[in-house]
Amino acid sequence: MNRGQLGKDLLGLEHLSADDLRLILDTAEPFKEISERAIKKVPVLRGKTIVNLFFEPSTRTRISFEFAEKRLSADTVNVTTVGSSVVKGETLVDTARNLEAMRIDMVVMRHGASGAAKFLADRIESTVINAGDGKHEHPTQGLLDLLTIRDHRPIAGTRVCIVGDVLHSRVARSNIWGLLKLGAEVAVCGPQTLLPLGIGELGVRVFRRIEEAIEWADVLNVLRLQLERMQGGYVPSTREYYRVFGVTLERLERSPRELLILHPGPMNRGVEIDSRVADGPHSVILNQVTNGVAVRMAVLYLLAGGKPELAESAKGAPER
Amino acid sequence: MRPILIRGGRVIDPASNFDGTADVLLLDGKVTAVGVNLAREGAEVLDAAGCVVAPGFVDLHVHLREPGREDVETIATGARAAAAGGFTSVCAMPNTDPVTDNQAAVGFIVSQARRAGTARVYPIGAVSLGQRGEQLAEFGELVGAGAVAVSDDGRPVATAHLMRTALEYAMSFGIPVIDHCEDVSLSAGGAMHEGLVSTRLGLKGIPRSAEDVIVARDIQLAELTGGHAHLAHCSTAGAVAMIRAAKARGVRVTAEVTPHHLALTDAACAAYDTHAKMNPPLRESRDVVALREGLADGTIDCIATDHAPHHYDAKEQEFDNAPFGVVGLETALGVVMTELVDGKVLDLSALVRCLATRPAEIAHLTAGTLAPGAPADVVVFDPAAQWTVEPAGFFSKSRNTPFAGRRLRSRVRWTIVGGAVVHRLGDRPDGK
Repeated sequence: MNRGQLGKDLLGLEHLSADDLRLILDTAEPFKEISERAIKKVPVLRGKTIVNLFFEPSTRTRISFEFAEKRLSADTVNVTTVGSSVVKGETLVDTARNLEAMRIDMVVMRHGASGAAKFLADRIESTVINAGDGKHEHPTQGLLDLLTIRDHRPIAGTRVCIVGDVLHSRVARSNIWGLLKLGAEVAVCGPQTLLPLGIGELGVRVFRRIEEAIEWADVLNVLRLQLERMQGGYVPSTREYYRVFGVTLERLERSPRELLILHPGPMNRGVEIDSRVADGPHSVILNQVTNGVAVRMAVLYLLAGGKPELAESAKGAPER
Repeated sequence: MRPILIRGGRVIDPASNFDGTADVLLLDGKVTAVGVNLAREGAEVLDAAGCVVAPGFVDLHVHLREPGREDVETIATGARAAAAGGFTSVCAMPNTDPVTDNQAAVGFIVSQARRAGTARVYPIGAVSLGQRGEQLAEFGELVGAGAVAVSDDGRPVATAHLMRTALEYAMSFGIPVIDHCEDVSLSAGGAMHEGLVSTRLGLKGIPRSAEDVIVARDIQLAELTGGHAHLAHCSTAGAVAMIRAAKARGVRVTAEVTPHHLALTDAACAAYDTHAKMNPPLRESRDVVALREGLADGTIDCIATDHAPHHYDAKEQEFDNAPFGVVGLETALGVVMTELVDGKVLDLSALVRCLATRPAEIAHLTAGTLAPGAPADVVVFDPAAQWTVEPAGFFSKSRNTPFAGRRLRSRVRWTIVGGAVVHRLGDRPDGK
């Protein structure tokens, strides 16, 4: 496979340049339109084989990747841990080698261990796309968030606050890297128990009160509060979390600006976000989902060696 | 036994305050003379010109895995690796399977080590039965069978009360209680040092305070009881500061540090390299600086390897799933010489004190000196020799080192135990 500007794999946004990010976002633009057609298929990845290897449950990301792959005409196989050799005790190394032996072109992997995508990428020739590794990165989510913000306003200079469980969030890390590289001002907000040590050293502002974050921000990216965090003792109850940190309509109404509201899903309504906000006019949560397919098509296309300047023609003429 | 005459080396023996060019004569398993122009009919002459001749190194902290995990190390291979690294005595931690918590288990290690016939292996007994942190092990019988210390290493002494009683009870036998200082409620689930690198990598961190909280506890209890607490593998600047203050007011606390904590930081984990995963974790530069200062001023008494062999498959995993620990016996001298002696933290005499004199004193071993009458346990090393760490050439069964490919200075020429050469430069593990 001829390698393009992005190299062999997409493991995270930390090591991409601003140019790389812009290339992916720009390439996603023409692909948005394919999903609006009656026949949502172009032959760009015809003959390529892709394995979607999901070691953790995922609905949105897995389906989004699968649509992106199918709309580009790739042959895809889905492997989930239930019923696979993984539950029979196979190691990740052996899983990787077996995939390699089947001469596949790409692996899209979701895994619970941070660094698992790099681990796989270091051991196989095929392209690896990280669909979320532990608490490390979720680059395509970061990219679709960037694309969604960019649809509404220039990213450079925009103030984006990531709200909630930053400590356990791969989405937060990918967002921070992507936004900083494209010139946004970035903040995080949450109880200190859910903010990683030294996060400020990455170049982000830290708010411990949601009111201050809302007053500062142009965009809120509201993270899911995983309910198992209560057992970990990070927050005492979802009730209190909503009262103290919930993104509510009342709080937003006090903002001097109209905020854009993102959420990577799945949402806990009434925990981290008020339904009236999630369903309100400033929510772009469903736009994120739509953009997810386009951005993943762009990533697949570019990593398969597709020429960015040919993305427009690669999708063919829209049928009438 | 044929006498050995080590000729013309720089003899460094801090215990007898000797540092100068001299010959050393070994006879009947003992050092018989250190002086100039010694001669002995029929002796094997080892030409040590350009080399350092020192008491054999003593490692207070190794995991030899036998019984239980003979696939990754045995007492024989571990002792042979020790000899290759210049160690003539090693103290084996009790977290084997079964745990070394009774006199029979201690006796097994002693007899296996005798059969191996290379470096001496001194067992460390468990503090608590099964290392479960509940009931004290029979220290008297452990010591009677050959144990030189007690420890629940691998985990901390579970409660402050248990540590107190262990320190008190150990006083009857004159042994130190060695503690692995880790508050497990703070470290649970952690895979590396908690800091900027763990934040970037999305790995759960182990904060410095997980160590410091228990260091503070143990110092308080050593002060309360008058017992001897020896703190294993110190990794934080905070631990160094607390130990320094405790020693200043006369508390019986001693401490060790590993070569890897002296040489590396958490940056070594940046590519999810599982060979940089150990517990306590690699910390930050300021900790490394503090540990080096602590070693130089005597706050930290000695260097111990925490040699922890693991199978290739165990380390060839996702970072979270890989076990903690690295091998260290065969790289310790090279790492310490390259990082600390070349780095002007220690002079050669201080190096020998940290690797031989002090650890022998802490565990009350008849070792760590070249005074006439001492056991003929000697290391001869060439401080200028350069070499590259190639794990495939290790005598240890395991290869899990963070120093693979590193260019190091200083190489062991001969290791002598009880008057017999147990390692020569050029020996190979396959015997070829």
